[in-house]
Amino acid sequence: MSADIQARAKIRKIVTFVEETLTEMGKNVDPPTRRAAAVAVIENPFAGKYVEDLSGLMTIGEELGELLTQRAIAALGIAGPSAESYGKAAAVGENGELEHAAAILHPKLGTPVRRVLGKGAALIPSSKKRGGLGVVLDIPLGHKDAAFVRSHFDGMEVRISDAPRANEIMVAIAVTDSGRPLPRVGGLLKDQIKGEDGLR
Amino acid sequence: MPEVQIRKRLVLVEEIFHEGGAVASVPLRRAAALAVIRNPYSGSYIEKIENFMDDLKPLGLEMARSLVTALGGNAKVVEGYGKGAIVGAGGELEHGALWHAPGGYGMREVLGGAKAIVASTKKVGGPGTRLDIPITHINASYVRSHFDAMEIGIADAPRADELLLALVMTTGARIHARTGGLKAAEIRGEDGLR
Repeated sequence: MSADIQARAKIRKIVTFVEETLTEMGKNVDPPTRRAAAVAVIENPFAGKYVEDLSGLMTIGEELGELLTQRAIAALGIAGPSAESYGKAAAVGENGELEHAAAILHPKLGTPVRRVLGKGAALIPSSKKRGGLGVVLDIPLGHKDAAFVRSHFDGMEVRISDAPRANEIMVAIAVTDSGRPLPRVGGLLKDQIKGEDGLR
Repeated sequence: MPEVQIRKRLVLVEEIFHEGGAVASVPLRRAAALAVIRNPYSGSYIEKIENFMDDLKPLGLEMARSLVTALGGNAKVVEGYGKGAIVGAGGELEHGALWHAPGGYGMREVLGGAKAIVASTKKVGGPGTRLDIPITHINASYVRSHFDAMEIGIADAPRADELLLALVMTTGARIHARTGGLKAAEIRGEDGLR
């Protein structure tokens, strides 16, 4: 934790999750599927009032895009380009607006995520909500270079029992090195993608 | 001897910088390692279950190692620990108790002989059940600054025929500990209590 990380976003805590699935219904998943989420709990500088200009939160989004993506790949122990799918989400505490989550997630967060992961032609799927402490955040997941890769349509649930407080925002980035455990519903496969338009 | 069949693992690491007070120069870290395994005794009452504790020892060791890795790789930073289990609906609470010995063994092995009893809790519950795992100092249970707890759970576990097993390690006191009592610097560390 270097001082510069605290410089903009006031981070109370960071939680990382790594989930590995080794079997489903008694059938081995080989290699195991792995997904990681890194979640920061930050102060909401605009809690409790209407603020027209949300650019401060956009800058925080840029900073967290880099930090949380680095944390997620470190937790998986992979280099950025080995990531296969990604997603992002935010939960705003009760004194904030849903628009605060949008300001963090949408304008500037994606660029550093893609820089860390090497590519990322596809849209980063996202979700947002407002909620109290312990709210469940379901982060949608999609292939990072081709959104139509059906085996990688997924989601990861994260929850922190003591966040977000009323004046906080929980910001989450999920990264995987794999799709669902035993994908068998057809569709575009990852070895068929061109990865140019972000879709196929 | 029943085989240990792992369906999934989860490692989570919390890094706490402040909780309204001054930002700590070294953040507190708390890590939990979770494993979801098949409960070999699910579905009926089985009298003799204790041999499964030996089968679980390698898993306890592996999970303890994964915690040290998650906390940076040096076992010396670990100051608190705890353990817990959630038994799926097809099992009994006693199945959760099978985790006491192998979970404690794994952590002591990795930490080089911690003296204090490992705080623990357990329950029977469905998928998504949350468990508050108690945490105390690894060498002296009465160190007040290290009384803590970490909430864990997995949305899709435990299924009815599964056990969710958990180990927790922390790197220090609560982030703004200031309620007095025995301090970590004052312990003798002989009896595991003070």
